[in-house]
Amino acid sequence: MALKNYQAKLIRHRKIAHLTYELVLEETGIIRGKGEDKGPFGVPSPGQFVNLVVPGFYLRRPFSVADYADGKLVLIYKILGQGTRAMADRLEEGQALSVLSPLGNGFTLVDAKKPLLIGGGVGLPPMYYLAKALKAKGQEPRIAMGFKTADEVFYEEAFRDLGLEVQVATEDGSKGTGGFVTQILEGSYKDGDYLYCCGPMPMLEAIYKMDLAPGQYSFEERMGCGMGACMGCSHKVKNYPLGSKRICKEGPVFRTEEILW
Amino acid sequence: MVGNKVDLSVRLGDLTLDNPVIPASGTFGFGREFAPLYDIKKLGSISFKGTTKEERFGNPCPRIAETASGMLNAVGLQNPGVDAVIRDELPFLEKYYAKPVIANVSGFSEAGYVETVEKLSAQPIVGIIELNISCPNVHGGGMSFGTDPDLAASLTRAVKKVSQKPVYVKLSPNVTDIVEIALACEEAGADGLSLINTFMGMRIDIHRRKPVLANRTGGLSGPAIFPLALRMVWDVYEACKIPIIGMGGVSSAEDVVEMMLAGATAVQVGAANLINPWASSDIIDRLPGVLADLGVDKLEDLVGLAHHE
Ligand SMILES: Cc1cc2nc3c(=O)[nH]c(=O)nc-3n(C[C@H](O)[C@H](O)[C@H](O)COP(=O)(O)OP(=O)(O)OC[C@H]3O[C@@H](n4cnc5c(N)ncnc54)[C@H](O)[C@@H]3O)c2cc1C
Ligand SMILES: Cc1cc2nc3c(=O)[nH]c(=O)nc-3n(C[C@H](O)[C@H](O)[C@H](O)COP(=O)(O)O)c2cc1C
Ligand code: FES
Repeated sequence: MALKNYQAKLIRHRKIAHLTYELVLEETGIIRGKGEDKGPFGVPSPGQFVNLVVPGFYLRRPFSVADYADGKLVLIYKILGQGTRAMADRLEEGQALSVLSPLGNGFTLVDAKKPLLIGGGVGLPPMYYLAKALKAKGQEPRIAMGFKTADEVFYEEAFRDLGLEVQVATEDGSKGTGGFVTQILEGSYKDGDYLYCCGPMPMLEAIYKMDLAPGQYSFEERMGCGMGACMGCSHKVKNYPLGSKRICKEGPVFRTEEILW
Repeated sequence: MVGNKVDLSVRLGDLTLDNPVIPASGTFGFGREFAPLYDIKKLGSISFKGTTKEERFGNPCPRIAETASGMLNAVGLQNPGVDAVIRDELPFLEKYYAKPVIANVSGFSEAGYVETVEKLSAQPIVGIIELNISCPNVHGGGMSFGTDPDLAASLTRAVKKVSQKPVYVKLSPNVTDIVEIALACEEAGADGLSLINTFMGMRIDIHRRKPVLANRTGGLSGPAIFPLALRMVWDVYEACKIPIIGMGGVSSAEDVVEMMLAGATAVQVGAANLINPWASSDIIDRLPGVLADLGVDKLEDLVGLAHHE
């Protein structure tokens, strides 16, 4: 799982929802890195992320792997600041991009009868690749997705096409259940026996505190390097040397037992 | 690697480095994350993460913010403490690096610095002590040693008394006159100087209307500070006789040459390692070609050359 710097070609760039875009990347070569290569982009697993150079910006931008099929990498991003704004305005199909991959420790697939995926906003992308992996293992995950408004909803059909039961919550009630995604968890999804969650920190904390079932939570933090060198992303956890883990290296996925909330 | 016969070696006092390129403290950990990426033995040396007497978690997150051509960090010296560094990290460096490393030492009191230096300077793999008196991200010490010439001098003296290895004092750019501090350290017995640490700065998130960094302020590094660092290396070289390790925004082999022309004998590469984990390795690979183009066959001959008539 050695990290490498891949050269990629952007083969698709399209808008999929309000302020939300999908990128499909194809590997065109290795810029730096040594050791065996398992396949394009080092074959990332669900929950891992990549670090992308956005032309004109100093720090790389981390994005979760939304899908990986036929060696192609799918990323989904939302315009949240200057870098993602520039991506939407300037990235053109056919252009070359520099990608560090694969990064972090992703989800561990656990045997469960009723696995529940919970994705909030741009925390949803890694859930797609994870759903595919769980299905491939013969499991029947369901998904709860939370957004601010109906026009921000994406991948609802894509999850249904995978055969998942899908429930949507929007904060303004313009689609599905009104309110936060936790609303859905109080309803028919209450019987979920294992959780996989990704989204903004307040959402993760709210889910954690519902104490519904054990599970795994994917965290987010501003990063310097994304590969463990700068200590820019340390997060306090239970029972670990120094009581902390790097979100980019030991994370981004943390298990219920180690989270401090 | 270019196959010509350019001599990249440089001497820091009695220590000869294969080349002048050294990853800067705090941007390379203890080398563990980089050893799987390339053969770290090619590095001139390694300045490892700022080490303190006790373990430290550091500041709350966010610790990182972006700037034009650079970044702010407010890590706050997260490290496992000197005993754990000696027990867990130095054996790794002995195995995978096996050349003298630079021990970057931080502290909050003279006694803390002295104890840490005593322990680290006794380790065979430590070739140089880099006394960090310039961390802008910790409260109650750190940078105050680096902004007052008298405090800097007395700390240098205290550390020199116990250190079994040469002591390089790492200077802060957050001062009115860096030369004054440099001279005070030289007079107090410093064997060399490292400069510069980061510039204090901040960013505000316009959506949250709050500082981006939880610590409010952080240290600016990256290409944005290169010309500022170069000027300081130049001025200190004019005033002092002891060797200088120059740093601040170095990102290419050409930057290394520029730093050396200004007066640096060796050069550290910091933030560049974070955005390109192969940066230090790439710079070393590029140096022979750059020197060949410049018609230079011994890199060390360039040190301070821009000062001559
Ligand atoms: C492991 C991980 C996976 C992620 N996956 C996705 C994803 O699949 N889709 C998606 O849309 N977003 C994802 N994000 C968040 C994404 O990285 C940020 O939205 C993006 O970096 C914002 O960049 P910007 O230039 O627009 O923002 P700016 O505010 O202009 O960026 C300034 C700096 O802050 C950092 N930053 C700002 N907001 C965030 C944030 N929320 N998280 C981390 N860094 C931030 C930027 O990377 C940059 O270094 C992920 C973050 C992490 C840590
Ligand atoms: C994330 C980060 C952590 C740092 N930690 C330390 C440290 O522990 N001790 C120290 O002396 N300098 C530390 N520095 C400063 C660098 O060693 C260097 O002096 C500075 O960043 C300027 O070089 P650059 O522009 O090449 O990064 C740190 C810098 C960064 C970016
Ligand atoms: S972002 Fe550098 S250690 Fe995690």
